[in-house]
Amino acid sequence: MSTKVKDTTGEEQSGSKFMNLVRREIGQVFAIAGLVIIFAFFSIMKPVFYSWANVSNGILMSTTVTGLLAIGITFVIITGGIDLSIGTGTTLCAILVAHYVVGWHLPLWSGFIIGMTFGALIGALNGAMIAYLKLPPFIATLATMKAAQGLALIISHLAPIRFDTVKGWESIAQGNLIGSLPNGVLILFGAAIIAWFVLNRTVVGRYTFAIGSNGEATKLSGVKVERWLILIYALCGLFVGLAAVVLTARLGAAEPDLGLGYELEAIAAVIIGGTSLLGGKGTISGTIIGALIMAVLTNGLRILQVQQEWQYVVVGIVIVIAVFGDNVRRRRAGEIS
Amino acid sequence: MATSQLLSLEGVSKEFPGVKALDNVRFDLNAGEVHAIVGENGAGKSTLMKILSGIYKKDTGVITYRGEHVNVSSPHEAQSLGISIIHQELNLMPHLTVAQNIFIGREPRRKAGVFLNNSKLIKDAQSLLDELNILLDPRELVGEMTIARQQMVEIAKAVSYRGEVIIMDEPTSSLTPTETEALFKIINNLKSKGKGIIYISHRLEELDVISDRITVIRDGQYVQTMNTKETSIPEVISLMVGRKVDQDQRPDSRELSNDVILKVEGISTKKLLRDVSFELRKGEILGFAGLMGAGRTELARALIGADSKTSGKVWLKGKEISIKSPHDAVQSGIGYLSEDRKRFGLLLIQDITFNVIMASIPKYVNKFGIFKKGPAAGITRDFIAQLRIRTPSEKQFVKNLSGGNQQKVVIAKWLARDCDILIFDEPTRGIDVGAKDEIYKLLTRLASEGKSIIMISSELPEVLRMSDRIAVMCEGRLTGIIENKDADQNVIMQYATKFRD
Repeated sequence: MSTKVKDTTGEEQSGSKFMNLVRREIGQVFAIAGLVIIFAFFSIMKPVFYSWANVSNGILMSTTVTGLLAIGITFVIITGGIDLSIGTGTTLCAILVAHYVVGWHLPLWSGFIIGMTFGALIGALNGAMIAYLKLPPFIATLATMKAAQGLALIISHLAPIRFDTVKGWESIAQGNLIGSLPNGVLILFGAAIIAWFVLNRTVVGRYTFAIGSNGEATKLSGVKVERWLILIYALCGLFVGLAAVVLTARLGAAEPDLGLGYELEAIAAVIIGGTSLLGGKGTISGTIIGALIMAVLTNGLRILQVQQEWQYVVVGIVIVIAVFGDNVRRRRAGEIS
Repeated sequence: MATSQLLSLEGVSKEFPGVKALDNVRFDLNAGEVHAIVGENGAGKSTLMKILSGIYKKDTGVITYRGEHVNVSSPHEAQSLGISIIHQELNLMPHLTVAQNIFIGREPRRKAGVFLNNSKLIKDAQSLLDELNILLDPRELVGEMTIARQQMVEIAKAVSYRGEVIIMDEPTSSLTPTETEALFKIINNLKSKGKGIIYISHRLEELDVISDRITVIRDGQYVQTMNTKETSIPEVISLMVGRKVDQDQRPDSRELSNDVILKVEGISTKKLLRDVSFELRKGEILGFAGLMGAGRTELARALIGADSKTSGKVWLKGKEISIKSPHDAVQSGIGYLSEDRKRFGLLLIQDITFNVIMASIPKYVNKFGIFKKGPAAGITRDFIAQLRIRTPSEKQFVKNLSGGNQQKVVIAKWLARDCDILIFDEPTRGIDVGAKDEIYKLLTRLASEGKSIIMISSELPEVLRMSDRIAVMCEGRLTGIIENKDADQNVIMQYATKFRD
C-alpha cells in the first residue's frame, strides 16, 4: 500500500455536472430512451396513440394501480425481499374499504384511512413473519397472498360491492382537480414524489438500502433490523391500500376476484426500472418509468389491434431485453462481474 | 530425486486497464518439488496463477511445459495438459459425495451410456484415495466434512486428471495445526510421486517446513528465487516489501491506567465457551491468542449479543449492563470489527459515507427523520484524512477499496459512533504487509487516545507486537492472561494447548 494506490474510480470523472449526472444515472437514461422510442413507434404507426385522450385515460390511467403497487414493492425489493401479497392484498383492502364505507355510510375520505390501515397491517404481518419467524419473504408473502384472496371472497360473499351510494367515489380516480389530468394519475405522481423523498432523504430509506446491501453487517452495526423490516413491509402495505382505493374508484366497485396477478405486473415494472432483485439498489423514478413502459406497450399493442395473447408475449420479451441490456451495461461498467 | 524441469515461464507480462499486473516475470518448477510463490497482496501471485490455469491470457511471454511451448488458453486446456489449481475458496458441491465430486463430469457409465455406474465410481475414487494415502470415505457427503477434508477431496480431484502440476492457493488458511500437518503429509506423498507443486501462502513459517524453493514477486515483478534451506523468514519478508521489517517488535512500554472499563465474568455459551472472565482497562490493548476453534470469535460474538449466552455478567465502568443484541452493545459503546469484513462489516455496494455513518445514522437525521447529507459527508471526509484512507472521494464505492482501506472504513464507522471499546477480530487478515503496519500504528494511536481495544489474532508475532496483556484461550476456556513482558511464543503456545491431549 505504501507504494501504490490501487483504487479505481467509478465517479468523479471530468466533465460538466450534467454529464456526470448522465453518467451516474446511465441506467435510467437508457430506460427513458426506451420509453421514448416505444412511444414514438406507436405514435408513427397510429397517430391517435399520442392524443391527449389516449395518453391520459388510456396510458396514464391504466398505470395508476400497478404503478402504486410497484412503488411500494420497490422498498421491499431494495431490502432484498419480495412481496407476493400485494395483488390479492389490493383485493382484500378494496373489499374492506367497500364493506365499511358502503356498509356503514362513512364519508369519502375515510376510505383512504381504512384502505391504508389494512394495507399497512397486512404488510406488518408479512414483515413480522420474515423478521421474527425467519420465514423467507417468498414463502411468508405467498401465504399472505393466498389468505388475502380467501378473506376477500369470504367478506364479500363472492359478489362485487358497488359504491353507488357513496357520492363522488369515482371522482377519486376519474375526477379532474388539475386541468384534464385524471385524479388517479395525480395520486400516482404525488405518491411517487413522497416515496422518492422517503427512500432518498429519510432514515427509513437509509435502512432500506443498508438491509438490502448487507443485513448482517447492518445488524452488527447496532440497527434493529427486525423492526425496520416490519416498518418497510408496512410502508409497502400503505401503497397497497392506496392502490385499492384508486382501483375501486376507477371501477365504481370492489371486485372480490380482481387483483391476483397485479403483483407480478408490479414486480415486472420494478425490474424493468433497473432495481436489482438482489437488493441494495433501486430507484423510484426507475420504477415509474418501468410501469409506464408496461402501460405504453399494452396500450399501443391494443391500438394496433394486436391480440391480447400476443401482448403478453411481447411484454415477456421486453422484460428479458430490459434486464439483459441492463446486465450488459453493468458488466461493461464493472459494476458486476 | 533428480531435477527434471516440468514447467517454466519466461518474460510473462499481463496488463489490465491502467495496471501492469505482471511485468516480465519468470518462474520454473521441477518434478517432485514444492515451489512457493510469495508476495504482498496485489503483487501479482494470483494473476500469474490464473494465467497458468488458463483463466487469464498472458500479453507476452513463453510457457514451456515438459519441454514444449504451450498456450494455455482455457481452464479446460490447462486441465488436459495436467495443470490443476486448488483455489482458496473450494469449488465443491456440498450435496454430492466425495466420489461424485472427484469425478464430476466424467462419471463412469454403464453400457448404454445413460445410466451411471455407481459401484465403479466408488471403486475408482477409493483406489485414488488409497494411492494418495487420504483417509476418506468416497460415499460421504462433502457438505458434512470439515474444510480440511474438503481440501483433500480437491487434491484427489486434481490428481484424478492425471495432473503433473498442482497449484495450491493458500491451502492452510483455514486449517488447524493438526490438519496442516496432515496436508503436508499428502503434499510430501505427491512430491515423492514426481508431481510439481506450486504453493502460495501468506504463512511464511510454513514455507520452511514444506517448500524446496521460494520465489518472491513484488509489484508484478520477479524479485528472486531462493532455496528454502539457504534463506530465512526475515530475508523473505524484506524481499517482499522491499525493506526491512522487524518481526520481533514489542510495544513501547507505557503507563497504563488502572481504570477497569469493561469487566466480564463467567460467560458461557451452549456450544463452546466455559466460564470466561476478564477485565479490560482504559487505553489498553488486550490481545486474545489461541488456536483456531479456541472460541475467541465466539467470545466476541457472545459479548456483543450477536449470539446468545447461557450465563455471564458484564460491567461497563462499574455498572452492570445487559447486552442482548448488537444494538445493546452499540448503545454501550462497544464496536465489533469482524474478521470477515465483507460479510459482517461492510456494505460493499454503497459508498464510503454510507458505511462510515452506518452505526450512527440517528445522529445525521433531524427531528422529522430527514437525513442530513452535508454533515455525514463532512465527518466522512474528516475520517478519510485522519485515518489516511486512500480514495479519490467519500463517494467511492467501498468494494473498490483495497483490504487495508476497507478495514479503515470499518474503524471509522465505530469512531464515528464514539465507541470506547473496540473489538478487533483478526484486524490484519487479508491485508498486505505494508498496510498492516499502518493498521498497527492506528491501533496504538487509538489506545493512547484512551480507547480500549480487544484484539483477537492468530498471528503470534502480531499479538506480541501489539498487546499490553495477552489473554490465551483453549477449547472455550480462558487459560491465562499474561503481561507482555512475560510472554513469548512458547509461553503462549503452552497456554493455548493446555486442554489438548
